[in-house]
Amino acid sequence: MFDPIEVLSPSVSDLDDEAYSLDDFEGVDSRWCHRCGNNAILTAVQKLCAEEQLAPEKTVFVSGIGCSSRLPHYMGTYGFHALHGRALPVAEGIKIRRPDLHVFVTTGDGDCCSIGAGHWLHAIRYNMNMTVLLHDNQIYGLTKKQVSPTSPRGLVSNTSPHGAHLEPLNPLAATLGMSNISFVAHAVDWVPSVLCDIIKQAFHHRGLAFVCIMQRCPNYLPDHFEEYIKDPERMVLLTHAQGLQVEDAVAKRFKHREEHDPRDIDRARELANNRERVPLGILYRNPDVLCYEDVRAGVEHLSVSDKISALEREFDKFTVQPPS
Amino acid sequence: MNDSTAVSTLNDDQSSPVVAGQPQVRRLRDHVIEIISDSGEGAQKCGQSFASIAAKMGHGIWTVEIIPAEIEPPARSIEGASGNRIRVGSFEVANGGDEADLVVAFNEQVLLGRVRTGALKPGCIILLENKWRHHQDLAIVAAYTSTYDKLVADGYRVYEIPMEQVCLQHTSTPQRGKNMFVLGMLNRLYHQDLELAREQVAFTFRSKSADVVDRNIKLLQAGYDWVGENLDLRFEIPSAKREQAQIVVSGNTSLALGIMASGMEICAMYPITPATSASHYLSEVFENVGGLVHQAEDEIAACGFAIGASYAGKCSVTITSGPGMALKQELIGLAAMAEIPLVIVNVQRGGPSTGLPTKVEQGDLLQAIFGTHGDAPRVVLAAATIEECFYLPITARKIAEAFNLPVVLLTDANLATAQQPFARPRLRKDWFAAPVDQSAIPEGEAPYDWDHTTGLHRRFTPGQPGGMHTLTGLAHDRKSRVAYDPATNEEGLRHRSLKLAAFQKTLTVPEVCGDANGDLLVVGWGSTKGVIEEAVEQVRAEGQAVACLHLTYLQPMASGIGDIMKRYQQVMTVEMNWGDRVDDELIDSENRRYSSLAWLLRARYLVDVDCWTEVQGQPLKPRSVARVIRNKLTKE
Ligand SMILES: Cc1ncc(C[n+]2csc(CCOP(=O)(O)OP(=O)(O)O)c2C)c(N)n1
Ligand SMILES: [Mg+2]
Repeated sequence: MFDPIEVLSPSVSDLDDEAYSLDDFEGVDSRWCHRCGNNAILTAVQKLCAEEQLAPEKTVFVSGIGCSSRLPHYMGTYGFHALHGRALPVAEGIKIRRPDLHVFVTTGDGDCCSIGAGHWLHAIRYNMNMTVLLHDNQIYGLTKKQVSPTSPRGLVSNTSPHGAHLEPLNPLAATLGMSNISFVAHAVDWVPSVLCDIIKQAFHHRGLAFVCIMQRCPNYLPDHFEEYIKDPERMVLLTHAQGLQVEDAVAKRFKHREEHDPRDIDRARELANNRERVPLGILYRNPDVLCYEDVRAGVEHLSVSDKISALEREFDKFTVQPPS
Repeated sequence: MNDSTAVSTLNDDQSSPVVAGQPQVRRLRDHVIEIISDSGEGAQKCGQSFASIAAKMGHGIWTVEIIPAEIEPPARSIEGASGNRIRVGSFEVANGGDEADLVVAFNEQVLLGRVRTGALKPGCIILLENKWRHHQDLAIVAAYTSTYDKLVADGYRVYEIPMEQVCLQHTSTPQRGKNMFVLGMLNRLYHQDLELAREQVAFTFRSKSADVVDRNIKLLQAGYDWVGENLDLRFEIPSAKREQAQIVVSGNTSLALGIMASGMEICAMYPITPATSASHYLSEVFENVGGLVHQAEDEIAACGFAIGASYAGKCSVTITSGPGMALKQELIGLAAMAEIPLVIVNVQRGGPSTGLPTKVEQGDLLQAIFGTHGDAPRVVLAAATIEECFYLPITARKIAEAFNLPVVLLTDANLATAQQPFARPRLRKDWFAAPVDQSAIPEGEAPYDWDHTTGLHRRFTPGQPGGMHTLTGLAHDRKSRVAYDPATNEEGLRHRSLKLAAFQKTLTVPEVCGDANGDLLVVGWGSTKGVIEEAVEQVRAEGQAVACLHLTYLQPMASGIGDIMKRYQQVMTVEMNWGDRVDDELIDSENRRYSSLAWLLRARYLVDVDCWTEVQGQPLKPRSVARVIRNKLTKE
């Protein structure tokens, strides 16, 4: 449909001698709290960019509003720090116009699952080629500790002083319940090697890769994820030849492991719905799902004179010649 | 309108010349004709065809769709009128005119609906299908005869016509064919060219079989002949000589053509009346010129999508109506803050809330200018004609890209569905935006290098090496870094505001229509232009010194408007949004809520601008506006 780039920019292969290093993906210094889980996620994406040698000018990180949504500022790429809840529609607009760009979205649990919930479900369905990272700290960080839709029942916060009233929304189960899903994974910030592997696979997936990441908020919920960190009963590591392959040293840390074929949607849904033992790994992957930009990009690039003739043909339909 | 005295003589019954031995031919300057039926009976097709033939003959036309609020109202219901109103004139007709002079009705109930909304002139000619008089259902017969008697008693000139009965000679489904019979009738009544009508019928049914075309041409001929044998009415409207080819489209089609010609390539929208039909047409053809329509999950998403597409490439557009506009406001603020070009089209309807979804109102001017939180400067312009619906999207995109800001283009439900021919545009290459700039950014350049005088800066687009930065809706410095310090925040606000001043310097003083100075200046904006100008001409013809001024640019306004207003004793806006009535008991100068433009003019120019408004969901009528002007002149 469009000719995305009419001026050639140097591609990675031209740049062998000046390959990008981690420094190239650093933006302004992070202002997140000490030990905030966002730092691990930032490092993981910077590492991905360097490993994949993504041209910084061809990479865009889009976010909403929240602590997590500050991430684009800390990158050396292009960034779009949009409005609370509205990262996904902006990212979709970027992608439709510029399929040549690598698009990442970073969003919080309030940003994605509350104010932006409608966009989230539709983004899954559009399945545009981008990587979406949900920083799920189960609390509103930026606005100072309010209950989030993903907060567990009973969680005490400034707006739930007697404990959260409802059962939490489960982002994995919700996503897996949508239609046209193509990639769903679950990661945790405290196992960075697995986080990096998942993000890498997410990046290489063609379609919308949704990665939900349990992210610690040491300031407002200091020990919130300790049970998962300490209790080996609470997590199950998913591995598969078509999914995640984990080094033995890492795998050994998990008491429960499962060979899970990421094409198995039914098992993926069971795993997602098990709140007692949360999955770590790739729950679902289907590379054959339709991408919105592919079905909308059917028109070849047109020159200005082609466009003018097409428009003249439209005018012909409505033209009344002067009386003869 | 040049010579309005001629209107009254020409349209005056007494002075109509009678041609000996022939039916009486009345020469008219203009006539308003309505064709109404139950929906699905083809009155719209008949009306559109009649208007196209008139346009081809060189007449000025303005057509308005008559649409029932429900999709399928019950047959023969008062609210169910569906059809067309066509004003045909010997001049460039710029509005729908006053009440109808002649109505063709397929049943007396839809007619009654029109009578009750005040759509008919006193003494209006009515051509009425009479099959109901002989209907087997006695209740229908009773309803028909009592309505008929009442209309006659009220002074309407009702002609009963056996439409279906005559059609039966040519078709077994007269209910579906009688619209072409009526076209033939009107063709004869208005001295139109029968050959043009045949061509029109062939064109209308071009996708149907030769049989269908043939049958409809026979029906056309039957209507034509029937009038020849049975009716002694004839009208003749002299046609203007026109050199140029014209295009005949509705305002929404014109808007869609304008969007395509503007070089914008992405239109993101969520369906909302009366904006939707523009997206329907765009969806059908935009891909032929390399663009696309994205129907988003809601208006907020549509606006975000358009902003993302603008940010990554060329300026994009989002189309909506009032309620959708309200939803987009937060993102419009982001576009203003982050300085992303964006065009927002608002086809206004009646509000607030769901209001009058299919009807016209000019209630969104203030939300267009001020509708978001904080100071978010944008440019607001309004189309006054169907032709401007084509040209203004092109202008809007240019402004949005030159100044990196949101531009709101206002049209309304009146323009959306009305049709008026305009000169076929000559497309220009420079309208189609230049390719996306992907050149490297020179070292040392910052993404917000605001010029101290104009506030302008060069926008960096992803893909440009060396331009990496994170665009943000937070307060930011020249390097686009989040900045909370007092001076930086003011620096940003100042530069974003300066851009409007820089743009305002490019505007020329708008022209006054009518007396250069005098007793009253009427100021308007948007689709009321044709009506106000016609009303002012009528009053001027009576010897009064009045004029009107119509504003395309509402934010910012051009220089010189204050000086113009000083040349008149009084200034008054005429608008289709609410303004408190001074004769209401509680209303006084301390609490009166003025109409939108009056507020703006009073605030900027310190002139005691009065306002007259009507919010009945109907286009204004020249005659009512003329009456208002006369009142205003005698009162003070
Ligand atoms: C329209 C709007 N409503 C509310 C806010 C205030 N706000 C900013 S971030 C946020 C929630 C942040 O929580 P989350 O998305 O979980 O991100 P986190 O800070 O935890 O990373 C809220 C309510 C806003 N900026 N805009
Ligand atoms: Mg959060």
